[in-house]
Amino acid sequence: MSDANPGFIRRTWRWFWTPTGAISLGALLVSGFVAGVVFWGGFNWALEMTNKEEFCISCHEMQDNAFAEYQGSVHQNNSSGVRATCPDCHVPKDWGPKIIRKIKATKELYGHFITKSIWTREKFEDLRIDLAANEWRRMKSTNSQECRNCHNFEYMDFTAQENRAADNHQVALDEGKTCIDCHQGIAHELPEGWQDRYEQVVQEMAAAGELTLPDGRQVADAKGEIEGFLTSGN
Amino acid sequence: MRKHFLISAIVVPTLLASAVWAQNASVQSLRGAAVDEHIAVEDVFHQDKDRFTRNYRQQPPLIPHSIDQYQIDLKANRCLSCHDWTQAGERNAPTLSMTHYQDREGNQLDVVAGTRWFCNQCHVPQADAPALVENTFEASN
Repeated sequence: MSDANPGFIRRTWRWFWTPTGAISLGALLVSGFVAGVVFWGGFNWALEMTNKEEFCISCHEMQDNAFAEYQGSVHQNNSSGVRATCPDCHVPKDWGPKIIRKIKATKELYGHFITKSIWTREKFEDLRIDLAANEWRRMKSTNSQECRNCHNFEYMDFTAQENRAADNHQVALDEGKTCIDCHQGIAHELPEGWQDRYEQVVQEMAAAGELTLPDGRQVADAKGEIEGFLTSGN
Repeated sequence: MRKHFLISAIVVPTLLASAVWAQNASVQSLRGAAVDEHIAVEDVFHQDKDRFTRNYRQQPPLIPHSIDQYQIDLKANRCLSCHDWTQAGERNAPTLSMTHYQDREGNQLDVVAGTRWFCNQCHVPQADAPALVENTFEASN
């Protein structure tokens, strides 16, 4: 019966897979190629469009809270004239992690249009510690990948750093710490109880075995040794 | 041909003479020391690492580092992330004076007293800079 009088879906399916009678193979290949360029280009174009600061602050939640707080922070206003905008810190550069982050970000559309979970300043403040914890968790799990696009222990000249910074960066290297372990709240305000919450996040991750950095990685045990060598004159 | 001979006659002795003179002059290496001599690396001073001496006995200690963009407000206090007694050991930072854990009734607290929350009300970063306004202040030490 279905063969004698097929439904719409079945007919379409058959039509789609029947060899074409009127169009040459060349025309099919060329049009397929052009369509591929248009769709792939369009996909990447759309991906880039959603990876701009203007896009991020096109919603009032980001414009009034995250973006407003970022004004005047060192990543927005500094002597070097280099600026890290929203996606530089919040969207991974690598394609795979980037797509995963983009898919996860669709939840933000749901939050904006349906639940309006951070619609007002008060709602944003109430949720801030959870939002911050999400970012801390992401940073910690990827060894602060977005920071590393510009900042690398390997590229740092400790002798050119402020004493306190150089000492603590050496400690961080010795103990296998990552940027976010100390540099929380550098672009946005910290909520009440942030320090306890951060420790909680790290403990949860350690318990779940998600910490990729080995504990107590001894990269340069030699801090004291080197200092001793440089000052002893032997 | 004669011209060439003349130039050679002037240049060659000049070169020879200067080579001999260079041999005689004491060779000064750019390193500033003999090759087998150890040169200790000089300390790099980007800021005064050590605290300035107090100018009078009750002066709140000065801060020997930059505190640019440190959040000190109702919600968070960045200073305490190193200087609170719970963190100071791990971060190798001086602990707050124990007077700062005492409220105005004299009760001992485990967290910093509300009256002491705003660090930079009393403590300021130190700088070896000329006075902003002309004044007659004299240190009592």
